[in-house]
Amino acid sequence: MGAIIKREIGAYFSSPIAYVVIAVFFFFSGWYFRVMLENDSSSLTYLVIGPMFVIVLFVLPILTMRLLSEEKRQKTDQALLTAPVSIWRIVFGKFIAAEIIFLCCMAIFVPMTIVIAFFTAPTWGIIFCNIIGMILLGSSLISIGVFISSLTESQVVAAVVGIAVGMLIYMLDTINSGIQIDFLKSIISSVSFMTRYTNFTSGMMNLADIVFYLSVTGLFLFFTTRVIDRKRWS
Amino acid sequence: MVEVKNLVKRYGDTLAVDDVSFTAETGEILGFLGPNGAGKSTTMNIITGYISSSSGTVTIDGCEILDDPEGAKSKIGYLPEIPPLYIDMTVRKYLEFMFSLKRVTLPKREHIDEVCAVTKIKDVQNRIIKHLSKGYRQRVGLAQALLGNPPVIILDEPTVGLDPKQIIEMRNLIKGLGKKHTVILSSHVLSEVQAICDRVIIINRGKLVADSSTSSLSQNLSRSNDMTLRVVGAPTSVLSALRAVEGVYKVDKGQKTGDNCCEYHVYSERDKDTSKAIFYAMAKNNTPIVMMRGNELSLEEAFLRVTKSEPHIADKSERGGKG
Repeated sequence: MGAIIKREIGAYFSSPIAYVVIAVFFFFSGWYFRVMLENDSSSLTYLVIGPMFVIVLFVLPILTMRLLSEEKRQKTDQALLTAPVSIWRIVFGKFIAAEIIFLCCMAIFVPMTIVIAFFTAPTWGIIFCNIIGMILLGSSLISIGVFISSLTESQVVAAVVGIAVGMLIYMLDTINSGIQIDFLKSIISSVSFMTRYTNFTSGMMNLADIVFYLSVTGLFLFFTTRVIDRKRWS
Repeated sequence: MVEVKNLVKRYGDTLAVDDVSFTAETGEILGFLGPNGAGKSTTMNIITGYISSSSGTVTIDGCEILDDPEGAKSKIGYLPEIPPLYIDMTVRKYLEFMFSLKRVTLPKREHIDEVCAVTKIKDVQNRIIKHLSKGYRQRVGLAQALLGNPPVIILDEPTVGLDPKQIIEMRNLIKGLGKKHTVILSSHVLSEVQAICDRVIIINRGKLVADSSTSSLSQNLSRSNDMTLRVVGAPTSVLSALRAVEGVYKVDKGQKTGDNCCEYHVYSERDKDTSKAIFYAMAKNNTPIVMMRGNELSLEEAFLRVTKSEPHIADKSERGGKG
């Protein structure tokens, strides 16, 4: 598994993908940070990490698009699947590699926190809660992205579908407000990524939210292994 | 040792592999011969665990591929039809990755150096695979298969796309490998399998049609005495003289190749070498032969011949001579 993680990270940095994703992330978080400072506020969490929800939705499919689709297109999956490594390890290795790049993106919050700490005493609990929230959100989206990537041979299709799914996730609350049926409404609100993320950004760490994000992550990684395995049997 | 028993692979209604069984012993080079689409690659993909069989078993040195996939896979080095190369990596980085992926326990640097030396890719080690020619890519693919010195090496059409010099090099390399490993290689070129392999399995439309040693197969096929001549002289006189030769049962006039010169296809009876008789007949007739060559069998003809003379799968002894 270590070999796969190492190779994937190498591949991210030998192509422009990692740089572009990190640059986009830095740009928008920096932008929100500037706005925050101009408003004379010091709420890093609510004013910066909160709105980054949308950016994460759009940026992570770019990170995950080629993970499995490219293997299939280049036929390199033959090397992976005939090596003495389980499918689970292959999928998890790729997930971890994307996760590490995502953590590189989030590294920008370190200098931001330091800057704020110069002016005011940061509420560490809330910042910590936010970081956890974003990591969990990122994990679940990466997992969904890996799954989408396993369904196609084309990176572009994987990216487009990934972004479409991201948009759907983003609009879920808006859609839900128009629904009249209570039963359906409660189901949709329970899978709302945004509501649960907002809980984190406002400093609330609920076990239910953590379990939700972790379940989504685990479920889609599991689906990915099934997709790969099923292809072998068909 | 590789043991394949009653292997079946179904894609919907079509049978890609239909009840194939064979064994490859240690230190044996087994050729897997068949036309394109015969099920060679499918069989190899099943043996290596890339795809699963519909039924049947594959055992590699005692490890069943479905029961103990990791154990079985660690004993196999596989070069698929298209080498599984990460084209953005350098050769060295790629081999290092495959080394770790296969969890090889040999000393890393020395072992990779050794494999590079065997496959003669030392001088391209630091180049990016994308920029390598087909021949080098094939060799990098082979190097990858050799990592960890697996007891079984499976090569799917290893010489396709190589130039004649590279083909000879690759064949010699494979012959060398056969001394220490069990090698299974597929090909759709009859002469190639004859040149490299100890034993040949012929597969057609997913079915095993022959399993015999290369020598008995050669015997079987060398009984072809069809040849093409180019003779100078009046066609009528040449034709009648050729037909008069004992053992010749059919002569066809081919295309005209020059002034007063024509090609003839001569079919002789089996087990009769008529070439000398034809030479003297032509000399006597005062119509000189300017070219004479034996016609090689095409794979399709070879199939016909093998399946005709040996209606059942041939045993491994030299029964082929009877036919």
